[in-house]
Amino acid sequence: MWSLANPTVFLALAQRALPWLAAATAALFAVGLWLSFAAPPDYQQGETVRIMYLHVPAAWLSSFIYGVMTLAALGTLVWRHPLADAAQKAAAPLGAGFTFICLATGSLWGKPMWGTYWVWDARLTSVLVLFILYLGLIALWRTIEDSGRAARAAAILTLVGAVDLPIIKFSVDWWNTLHQPASVFRLGGPTIAPELLWPLLVMSLAFTLLFLTLHVMAIRNEILRRRVARLTMIAAAQGDSLTLQLAAGAAKG
Amino acid sequence: MSRPFHEALAMKGAMTALFLREWRIARRIGGGASTGAVFFLILVAIMPFAIGPDLNLLARIGPAILWIAALLSTLLGLDRLFQGEEEDGSLDLLVNGRLPLEVVVLVKCAAHWTASALPLVVASPLFGLMLALDAKPLGLVAASLLVGTPALTMIGAIGAALTVSLRRGGLLMAVLVLPLTIPVLIFGVAAASAASGGGAPFLMPFLVLCALSLATIAGAPFAAAAALRVARD
Repeated sequence: MWSLANPTVFLALAQRALPWLAAATAALFAVGLWLSFAAPPDYQQGETVRIMYLHVPAAWLSSFIYGVMTLAALGTLVWRHPLADAAQKAAAPLGAGFTFICLATGSLWGKPMWGTYWVWDARLTSVLVLFILYLGLIALWRTIEDSGRAARAAAILTLVGAVDLPIIKFSVDWWNTLHQPASVFRLGGPTIAPELLWPLLVMSLAFTLLFLTLHVMAIRNEILRRRVARLTMIAAAQGDSLTLQLAAGAAKG
Repeated sequence: MSRPFHEALAMKGAMTALFLREWRIARRIGGGASTGAVFFLILVAIMPFAIGPDLNLLARIGPAILWIAALLSTLLGLDRLFQGEEEDGSLDLLVNGRLPLEVVVLVKCAAHWTASALPLVVASPLFGLMLALDAKPLGLVAASLLVGTPALTMIGAIGAALTVSLRRGGLLMAVLVLPLTIPVLIFGVAAASAASGGGAPFLMPFLVLCALSLATIAGAPFAAAAALRVARD
């Protein structure tokens, strides 16, 4: 972790790793989607159960990404890791995107299954709160100009909002919810049939690799963006034509 | 007498002085206290215009209207929790002073709650009558507001501290604070509705409200103090 603290080292590693990550993501998605369509239909829900292969991995990932952001927030506040705030800033829009996919696919699944697009039960409400927390974090990042200060403020907000994660996980146990209880991550082991469990796990792995690829790309872009900003400020301070050309070249390339 | 005893006495004196200062400022400038109560009245008055004069409907959603109005009034008053100090530079004095910043935040929130939210709690039975609630449960509705509004103030203090350095950070603060206050709202309306004659029990949501208030009083000063230190440098 600390060997990656140097942005140049990270950029070099990202450049080497990204083609492999992207290829692995594409391969896993291909396998996962094929498995999702080849899997048998559910005895109660019929073909609509296939939405699960999108909805459940997106839901897992929305909580997982918030967990990653919480670790990054600790990295900023406690260990002062130089790239922790870039990691956190890059993860927020990805988390919001996956949460939106979770809510949208869930809503489309709810209409044929429950008869309604939305219901205010504990699980849906707490995931909606998570979505709004993501949006609030993105807004906070954009509103505070100084990026160091924005990083630390966003880190505090991330840690305060982390209280939502156990609420989401246990909401189906603590309250009477329309959303079904846990069928994979539970004490007695999964209750879902293996023919449906394997495509689900492959799709989850594919989604996770997708997040990893996008996250590495986003951190790389954030590092490059900061370099451009710094070069521009240096150029503006000095009025130096060479630095201006360098900055323009870096912005183009 | 021992050194810690002296320090405890000095701290008590400093806390009282800070509380009285906040109380006087909140009551004097036409800001915090009275405007918040007037805003509460306006919100409660606007809802029946939008909903219609159906008294049964108003009685059913009356507790929700009171709680939403209390939440929005608290939210609007939170701007002036730290903004005044930040503008004239006394925030630096508070951050660097001998009183721990967490204690400063706690005392300011206590003064803010006493000046802004307590009048709402006292006025809520009157507004409940306007919303066609029965007279008997109004005391319990006011009790639910009494134990729930400290949680709203403390959570709001975190948002106010995070946005203190922004010029027009009011809307952003609302976006940050409102998701975190949703549990308080859920249990507050549950308690108030149970009091005005739903079938549900009153004691369970009431106790959860007490727990939420106590937990936020214990935890929010640390987050708010950390945010104030971030904003300062």
